[in-house]
Amino acid sequence: MAQAVSSQRGPVTGTAMRSHKRRPFLLDLYSTAVGKKYVMAITGIAMMGFVLFHMIGNLKMYLGAADLNHYAKFLEELLYPIAPHGVTLWILRAGLITMLLLHLHAAYSLTVLNRRARPVKYQSARDYQIATFASRTMRWSGIIALAFITWHLLDLTFGVVNDHVGTKDAEGLKDVYGNVVFSLQRVPVAIFYVVANVLLGIHLFHGAWSIFQSLGWNNPRFNKWRRAFATGFAAIVVIGNVSFPIAVLAGVVGN
Amino acid sequence: MSNSIKNLTLKIWRQLGPTVKGTFETYNVEEISDEASFLEMLDYLNERLISEGKTAIVFDHDCREGICGTCSLMINGQAHGPQRGGATCQLHMRTFSDGDNIVIEPFRAEAFPIIRDLMVDRSKFDRIIESGGFITAPTGGAPDANLIAIPKPVSDSAMDSAQCIGCGACVAACPNGAANLFTGAKVAHLNRLPQGQPERFKRVEAMVETMDEYFGSCTNHGECEGACPKEISVDVIALLNKDYRKAKFASRKDLAR
Repeated sequence: MAQAVSSQRGPVTGTAMRSHKRRPFLLDLYSTAVGKKYVMAITGIAMMGFVLFHMIGNLKMYLGAADLNHYAKFLEELLYPIAPHGVTLWILRAGLITMLLLHLHAAYSLTVLNRRARPVKYQSARDYQIATFASRTMRWSGIIALAFITWHLLDLTFGVVNDHVGTKDAEGLKDVYGNVVFSLQRVPVAIFYVVANVLLGIHLFHGAWSIFQSLGWNNPRFNKWRRAFATGFAAIVVIGNVSFPIAVLAGVVGN
Repeated sequence: MSNSIKNLTLKIWRQLGPTVKGTFETYNVEEISDEASFLEMLDYLNERLISEGKTAIVFDHDCREGICGTCSLMINGQAHGPQRGGATCQLHMRTFSDGDNIVIEPFRAEAFPIIRDLMVDRSKFDRIIESGGFITAPTGGAPDANLIAIPKPVSDSAMDSAQCIGCGACVAACPNGAANLFTGAKVAHLNRLPQGQPERFKRVEAMVETMDEYFGSCTNHGECEGACPKEISVDVIALLNKDYRKAKFASRKDLAR
């Protein structure tokens, strides 16, 4: 029997593998869309861990200025004296920046791939059945979250848009509490924080579910918990984060 | 019955060839029976167009019983129209009401170029199937039935994936034009069965990489599952991802390559 011959791929046999030179293992994995989704998921998990602990850490502001400022000092002194002052924190930051850059690059290249996969859009209105608002706005919620991160760093980390940054408290510690209060007492800033965090929550609502599919974690035993986990995680982060600007504006924090 | 006859307004995509610019044209069809299938309604319109000396609307169809995967069509923004678990040929006019406007568009994706009007070329699916290759099977005398023991849940889930008729609704419905549900179904069909094990990881690697050449990426909208005439679950995409990861991470000696 004659072998079926594909015009593009050569003879088809039971061992149909294209014999091209393989790239180094991780680059090879990253070269396909499925591999990029693994990167999206793993970097997503890392950043989810960060936003959760960031929110929990910020809850210290409800305990008062001293608690929050001591917590900030603790983060700088993490693993001291094994590591010098601030080094552990910078290692963690470098890891997060790497995660963010990988997440962005994978998102960008997948978006390019997807645009190319349907260059001519549907000319009539689509009637989506299952896709959610969250899943269809991932790019937008992601971009706005990125803009928010940029503002947030300029505001509370570098103090470019926050004149209070650099002030010390009564114990001589950085007055993180004062910085937060100064920033969030500006009503437009507080509104931006609320809006951006709700969008972050929408991003997490789809992302935290999507992770399970992208990593191939699918099991009838826990499938019904995946949506609940994503909803719960997004809700906890959003409620925590949104409470801060509201608490500052309401005067609960800062008096 | 009083409401069994319908008059409808159809907005249908007309395009003379792959590179020609297409446009929507409006047609009125009268006295369509509830019992007619969607394709029969189009046949009825075509008969009229032919008798008026106009060119008939080109659309794909073959078995008309939901098993060949030839019919396509985006009907009112949904692949295979507003029904779950059925192809366009299984869609009946009783789904619509008298006086409805129905918009009919071809499946759209870079991998599915329009041949004419509503007919698209879905041969890129064949490229994925080809790269999956064959399974290794012993030749010779016919083996005894049930020689290979397969647990019932395994054979059931393999059969669920094997239902895929390759119609392309998943790609058409996917906002990204991804073929992960199709490829996942084909991979799951063989990878879940004992007969598919020798080539399990080679198969998934080759099929994923071929899929990448033509299609978009999965962003887990789940729209494919909703459009699938066989209601294949996005679970097969998770299996595809898992086996692809295993294929990349496992020792090549274990994979017999």
